[in-house]
Amino acid sequence: MGMTMTQKILAAHAGLDSVEAGQLIEADLDLVLGNDITSPVAIREMDQMTVETVFDKDKIALVMDHFVPNKDIKSAQHCKCVREFAHRHQITNFFDVGEMGIEHALLPEKGLTVAGDVIIGADSHTCTYGALGAFSTGVGSTDMAAGMATGRAWFKVPSALRFVLKGSLPAWVSGKDVILYIIGKIGVDGALYRSMEFTGEGVASLSMDDRFAIANMAIEAGGKNGIFPVDEKAVAYMREHSKKEYTVYEADEDAVYEQEYIIDLSALEPMVAFPHLPENTKGISQIQEEIRIDQSVIGSCTNGRIEDLRCAASILKGRKVKKGVRCIVIPATQAIYLQAVEEGLVKTFVEAGAVVSTPTCGPCLGGYMGILAEGERCISTTNRNFVGRMGHVESEVYLAGPAVAAASAVTGKISAPAEIG
Amino acid sequence: MRANGTVFKYGSNVDTDVIIPARYLNSSDPAELAAHCMVDIDPDFVNKVKKGDIIVADKNFGCGSSREHAPISIKASGVSCVIAETFARIFYRNAINIGLPIIECPEAAKGIEDGDQVEVDFDSGKIYDRTKGTEFQGQAFPPFMQKIIQAGGLVNYINTR
Repeated sequence: MGMTMTQKILAAHAGLDSVEAGQLIEADLDLVLGNDITSPVAIREMDQMTVETVFDKDKIALVMDHFVPNKDIKSAQHCKCVREFAHRHQITNFFDVGEMGIEHALLPEKGLTVAGDVIIGADSHTCTYGALGAFSTGVGSTDMAAGMATGRAWFKVPSALRFVLKGSLPAWVSGKDVILYIIGKIGVDGALYRSMEFTGEGVASLSMDDRFAIANMAIEAGGKNGIFPVDEKAVAYMREHSKKEYTVYEADEDAVYEQEYIIDLSALEPMVAFPHLPENTKGISQIQEEIRIDQSVIGSCTNGRIEDLRCAASILKGRKVKKGVRCIVIPATQAIYLQAVEEGLVKTFVEAGAVVSTPTCGPCLGGYMGILAEGERCISTTNRNFVGRMGHVESEVYLAGPAVAAASAVTGKISAPAEIG
Repeated sequence: MRANGTVFKYGSNVDTDVIIPARYLNSSDPAELAAHCMVDIDPDFVNKVKKGDIIVADKNFGCGSSREHAPISIKASGVSCVIAETFARIFYRNAINIGLPIIECPEAAKGIEDGDQVEVDFDSGKIYDRTKGTEFQGQAFPPFMQKIIQAGGLVNYINTR
């Protein structure tokens, strides 16, 4: 029986000729990731294991990105714990303030994630690296600890859903809108335990930043991972950013998919996910009611990349953020921040009345840097709109791409980018 | 091994943000996390929960963030078992890895109501609703996962190998 792309990568890392859906395997890991929230728990777990040190100091990445620069004393204690662990075990890829970025934007940029890798991360959006043709998936802190100690992890080989992409995206529509559309179609558990395999001629038209945003939110459909074929764009990205060797795996022609969806990219429009689930999506043209906003957040591991900032800046250029609306822009890494400065995007944001923050996950998970009060409403390019996600339990988050978030910041209500011309 | 307790019943898609909101994630201390368990979906939970009580929910329990703080806070609050129609996959892994018993059983998720007295036999996977006098068969774990559970979690399992 043929194998999917995901199954081939897992088989190769388990030392097996073939695997099938449902099989339990142990696979070698190419990278183990943790952040300032999940790593302290993992470090405590690893301390209880009868191992001297980590399996490979070059294959662990520790990124301080959620609550840094530290928002309070407890967060500072967590970072200190991770900093000391990194020093004690001479972890090569420890990223602290000044070098850090939001982990899922940072690691591909640093060349640490390449095609054919098996990667686990104690962060649910670890699935992002599927954009480069890697198998990567989110786990908890104990799995991270076991991964750091042994270099291996157990997996149940997933069955797969196939998404065949056709055509190319219209103006103001990005990867975020593609994945919101898909989640709206299949639901927040539509891909539960399964891999989401993206394929079709439409893939070629998507930029790498689009693909990162799509793979990033596979978890929001319950997926184990999201994965793209490795084409010229992916290879060019890896050559630019990485010295690591990569391996290209392709799905067999007779690979088995539980279901196939055909998505015409050219028929999509900007999408908005209403509170309190990412599956509550509407196309922007279907929104009849006026939805006033108090805040607009443009950033996160989903949409804090340079193309997202360029898109937002193109709308905010020469315009003002509506009085009474707080617009918070968060470049995802230091390199993206610097590029945004050099391209004049930061100037555009500040002149428009937006604030520009150092890279952080902060507001996305209701940590800091943009917490909502009771009854407040935010349009956000982040990835979750659960109850209380960005602050008060009575606040609301609407998810969208950078074009809608920027247009809405200008008008003060959820708006189509085309509306403000 | 058996669990026995009063049921706290919830719906579908109970996410890890409502189980333990990020504003409490500046701590990783189980007792402190337990003090805020379920606060954004059921503020009374921490006052009412007793050792041994059981959570029953519909589909996709534990979706969202990978924070292990979620099953840790549930376990540390005294909950002896979570029964759901389905679990989100990272929560499922985390629960097994830290030794929080969980069982998938769509029939039990439908048939059991808030406040029922429920007993679970982990060896057989049988779930008994003592209030209603009904009985359900939960899904048994594959042998590999049973080994992790029997070892008391992934850390002990690795240490014994």
